[in-house]
Amino acid sequence: MSEEKVGVYICHCGTNIAKTVDVEEVATWAGEQPNVEIAREYKFMCSSLGQDLIEEDIKEKGLTRVVVSSCSPHMHEKTFRTACERGGLNPFFFEMANIREHDSWITDDKEAATKKAKALTNAAIERVVHHQPLEPIPVEINPNTLVVGGGISGITAALELADAGYHVYLVEREPSIGGHMAQLDKTFPTLDCSACILTPKMVDVGQHPNITLLTYSEVEKVDGYLGNYTVAVRKKARYVDEEHCTGCGICIEKCPFKVIDNIFEAGLGERKVIYRPFPQAVPKYPVIDTENCVYFQRGKCKACQLFCPTEPNSIDFEQKDEIIQIQVGNIILATGYDLFDTRRIPQYGYGRLANVFTSLEFERMVNAAGPTDGKILLRDMETAPETVAIVHCVGSRDKNYNEYCSKVCCMYSLKFAHLVHERLPGAEVYNFYIDMRTPGKGYEEFYHRLLEEGTHFIRGRVAEVTDAARNPGEEGKLIVQAEDTLIGKQRRIPVDMVILSAGIEARSDSKEISQLFKMGCDFDGFFIERHPKLDPIATMTDGIYIAGTCQGPKDIPESVSQGAAAAARVSSLISRGTVMMEPIRASINQEECSGCRICNNMCPYNAIVFHEDRHVSEVITALCQGCGTCVAACPSGIISGAHFTNDQVLSEIEGILWDVRKQPELVPGD
Amino acid sequence: MKYGYYPGCSLERNAYAYHQSAMAVAEPLGIDFIEVEDWNCCGATEYITIDLLPAYALVSRNLAIAAKQEQNGNGNQLVAPCSACFLNLKKADHYMSESPELSEQVNQALAAGDLNYEPGSVTVRHLLDIIVTDIGFNNIESKVTKPLTNLRIAPYYGCLMVRPANIESFDNQEYPNSLDKLMKSLGAQVVDYPLKAHCCGGHMTQISENVALGLIQRLLKNAVDYDADAIATVCPMCQLNLDAYQDAVNKRYGTNYRLPILYFTQLMGIAFGMPPTELGFGKEIVDAKPVLDKIERGRLENE
Repeated sequence: MSEEKVGVYICHCGTNIAKTVDVEEVATWAGEQPNVEIAREYKFMCSSLGQDLIEEDIKEKGLTRVVVSSCSPHMHEKTFRTACERGGLNPFFFEMANIREHDSWITDDKEAATKKAKALTNAAIERVVHHQPLEPIPVEINPNTLVVGGGISGITAALELADAGYHVYLVEREPSIGGHMAQLDKTFPTLDCSACILTPKMVDVGQHPNITLLTYSEVEKVDGYLGNYTVAVRKKARYVDEEHCTGCGICIEKCPFKVIDNIFEAGLGERKVIYRPFPQAVPKYPVIDTENCVYFQRGKCKACQLFCPTEPNSIDFEQKDEIIQIQVGNIILATGYDLFDTRRIPQYGYGRLANVFTSLEFERMVNAAGPTDGKILLRDMETAPETVAIVHCVGSRDKNYNEYCSKVCCMYSLKFAHLVHERLPGAEVYNFYIDMRTPGKGYEEFYHRLLEEGTHFIRGRVAEVTDAARNPGEEGKLIVQAEDTLIGKQRRIPVDMVILSAGIEARSDSKEISQLFKMGCDFDGFFIERHPKLDPIATMTDGIYIAGTCQGPKDIPESVSQGAAAAARVSSLISRGTVMMEPIRASINQEECSGCRICNNMCPYNAIVFHEDRHVSEVITALCQGCGTCVAACPSGIISGAHFTNDQVLSEIEGILWDVRKQPELVPGD
Repeated sequence: MKYGYYPGCSLERNAYAYHQSAMAVAEPLGIDFIEVEDWNCCGATEYITIDLLPAYALVSRNLAIAAKQEQNGNGNQLVAPCSACFLNLKKADHYMSESPELSEQVNQALAAGDLNYEPGSVTVRHLLDIIVTDIGFNNIESKVTKPLTNLRIAPYYGCLMVRPANIESFDNQEYPNSLDKLMKSLGAQVVDYPLKAHCCGGHMTQISENVALGLIQRLLKNAVDYDADAIATVCPMCQLNLDAYQDAVNKRYGTNYRLPILYFTQLMGIAFGMPPTELGFGKEIVDAKPVLDKIERGRLENE
């Protein structure tokens, strides 16, 4: 038996634990276990009175180890470690048993719960006597930050940090920042012009001395750890020399070739082969689309170069992709969303029935700077519709596609209905919805405004959109069929135009992105936050934050809030300069390492180096994240994980199995 | 390729053209059908809504026999050309796999005939599925000697083949596309047929003629609106309703539809250059001759 004196504290957590676990019994029982000096139960161990108990017992009873059986270590491990430290103990002489999430919350069986509480508590007692004192590792924070994604969320994060005096690298995949917001006409519920509120911010980003803007660029490789990331960014060739280009646009004007713009104009409009996505693009430099450029495809034309007025000429057909290495301390991901592809629901007819439009097409159509100068027209681009149906929840709240609610579609569908009323007085608008979801400041009021404007609301998921007329009134129309669940009847509404309110989906490459940054993404492809309620902007990887729709569907105000919140988190780390990291790290016994190198490739953080000269491997402590992969993989068992040593883990297992633990058997004849 | 074959009652009588043409096109495609010995009725669409257990026992007897027929090969796949038979067989297998209780009860009934069915041991497939999936469009295209040029076809799937949604389907359940592609590979012009997966009325013709004629009229009207020369079907029930009730529809609605309703296998046979008599042509009520003439004209124009 060891000489350690363990103090054990069983928490009631109000009634959260005490209503299922007999806490008094567990405490009495714990008091009888080897090494236990004192065992108590208390209403709320996390309260300051509870913490005082620990502190006083350490001082008065000379405790050398502490166990608290309460909630998840995610909640209060830090609280109790600090209490131990105040009492004069190394904070790592503490162990926590989770008898709430892992016990009282998952059963109503009091007897079983009490038994499990004993097992978990005993595991902690037997483990804690083997704990070693550890010291946190100080890490310096590089004050530069990388923001990935130049939509409204990334723009906000970048400006907040830059205004605070820190340098930001803003990387954007497209030729201009602005994101989806740049494509919108009006924003709900106030109907302010999207461009009017967005472009000043875009200009600020472009001109800010603290922001290095890397558009038409993508992150290729990320190495390092909190405070010290090295990131390789591929800056794709624009074939335009940014140093000399004045952004005059003559090259765009003179380019003789046009193609359909499937990205910014959602396929409704055209652009030149050398182009800026939109007039207010930041930066102002155009890009050559080499797939459609006659010079790149057939070696002739060069009109852009011929007419470029700068000296030296800014068109550079020889430009190559560049790889830029940047050093940053923190990374904010604001990579945005993809719109649901409405072709996946063939019964809604998109791509088959001409006058079925996607929501993004309609956004471009109503945009004054869009392909129809803001006029609402049918696909012939001449006729205005007299009746319009707006179908909510396309690809959302649907088990066949995405089960979740995309959160913004009800509101933007209402906005569409309003814009039809405004632009086409007398037109009839039918909104087909499942439930009207308008929580938000001024949102419900906007819904009421639409009710008063005379929009027809039909509650029912649309079954199909068809041109198969059943009676003369339906001839030549698109018929939207749905069960009106308020009156319990099938409705068939003949209309001229159908708008499909497509939902929000994670980026199609979000999985690869999450692997690149070594953090997680959920089943739907959205990035996983550290805590869904209390920490929605951090990730499980230190130094990597998420903001905006890459974390889940959200509207503009929410995306902006998250962008600003992520920036605030990064700012506080930068202003501290140095942070203390958990000392839970692997180390290799250099004397005994055989140099087999099995651990080298297993490390997901590239934290193990091989010394050719001495033929041994070594863990770079600063890079190690303490995952334990190498510890388990080492065939000689000479890699140890601090705080997860063999004797700690094995005694924990022995402890949990206390009631079935076999006494050494006596073999007859021995 | 060897498959078990469950013809079902219709294919022996009113849908004999379907059976005949299926057998005819199977040969050049290298399909070898082995009929389930002593098979019985699948219960059609009614029995399953009256009494579930005897209905499943009735269907499962066929599955049990098919499972014993080792020569079926191909992982014991059973092909049903009729959509109702196909769905009943598939449903019985699916629900027995899902519910050990149902499986036990059904097997108690089967034991009276010394039979037993282990759910999942037979894979039930529709004839269209094996043709488009296993044989494939390229293969079919290579067999076409007389492309159906100029022929405008409305591909009609009916409501049973790709449903219900909880059972895995080989095609989109709301707006299927495989028959469209198959007809294109025969050289035909395929019209967009928005009602392609709507109901033909099924046995409603016997229960409520009003309802049934209304549904049939919609299907005919829609195909005619799109200038279709014929409707291609995959199901004896659909074929019967659209073909045999066309006159009744014309009388009721004052229309004059004369739209041939053909099995997809008949059209395949024609495109493969087989004589119409070997494909069951002539058994239809609305004369298919205009279709055959149009194909012939198209061929002459092309030459």
